Amino acid sequence: MYVVVVGGGKVGWNLARELIDKGHELTLIEANQRRYATVEDALEHRVHYGDGSELWVLERAGIERAEMVIAVTGDDEDNLLICQVAREKYGVERVIARCNNPRNLPHFDLLGAKPAVSATDLILRLIEHEVPQYGMIHLLDLPEQELEIVELEVVPGAPAAGIEVRQLGLPDGALLISIVRENRGFVPRADSTVEAGDKVLVMLEMGLEEEINKRFAEAVAVG
Amino acid sequence: MVRVPGMFVLIVGAGRVGSAIAKGMLSEGHEVSVLDEDPEAIALLERGQDSGWEDMGGQFTVGTALEIDALLAAGIDRADAFVASTDGDNTNLIIAQIAKKRFDIEKVVVRVLDPLRAAWYREQGLHTVCPTQVAIEMLEAAVREEVA
Repeated sequence: MYVVVVGGGKVGWNLARELIDKGHELTLIEANQRRYATVEDALEHRVHYGDGSELWVLERAGIERAEMVIAVTGDDEDNLLICQVAREKYGVERVIARCNNPRNLPHFDLLGAKPAVSATDLILRLIEHEVPQYGMIHLLDLPEQELEIVELEVVPGAPAAGIEVRQLGLPDGALLISIVRENRGFVPRADSTVEAGDKVLVMLEMGLEEEINKRFAEAVAVG
Repeated sequence: MVRVPGMFVLIVGAGRVGSAIAKGMLSEGHEVSVLDEDPEAIALLERGQDSGWEDMGGQFTVGTALEIDALLAAGIDRADAFVASTDGDNTNLIIAQIAKKRFDIEKVVVRVLDPLRAAWYREQGLHTVCPTQVAIEMLEAAVREEVA
């Protein structure tokens, strides 16, 4: 595959090296002269010096025959523009954008610079995984559909512990899709029983988190 | 010139160009809001004026052009006209598209120094103004005149 990578910082350079190792043909564009000199020592003719948001620089790098363009500069406006022209002007089918400021992610969506990868956002999600809010881990968010899949651990004394799936009485908009017990997962049936210590995967409409959490992850005070 | 009374104009980037447009629009009686990342940029808006920019009725917001919070604080959701005049071509082209596509602002004008990008985005329906291209044409015409 022929790949054009714009931005030869840590991300761009390492990415370029990995892609070359995997046998892809690649051109890296770097706008800073000193950085260019450093990267050129390693990647030689595969590095072009220039501003990758200039159309003639992209054309010189052969963007017209690129099968993938990856924009990983430190400026979101540059990454946005590069992906937009790659796709719309040069007909590149696959573009990947780095989004430096996760608050800018909606701009990437709006202008079709998708998928956009935000390291900050990824780390925030990892933090959420490690320090889950309400003991709930977000496995998948589908913001456009307003759906999410979460994982919870069933605590002893929770309303759902020891209860058959059919009797769980989950609210509308929530569905138990899997139970993980002793590292083995299965799709539950109506007569499967949820046990304390299980991990459950629940698909739910956004906004139901608190209610779902109460059923599985909060022990009921025994009077 | 057609006057649109009571237009709310948002100008992003208050350098020489943006501040001059801002002053002009305000003096014509429009409501004008200016967004710039440099808090000192207000000095350009007040240069040669008797009173402060905000005293004259202008609005000034400090913030990064691409940040949605800054654009909202500057009033992008109620703007009738939008001028992108920061010193970055890419920034201008992106925020102009946000103004147009996300906030449905009808009058969007973008300053783009690079003739190639200006031309392509004009073909895509953005109203780009390229001072470089204008200068090229004027200089060429001037040279021809001298030669003739």
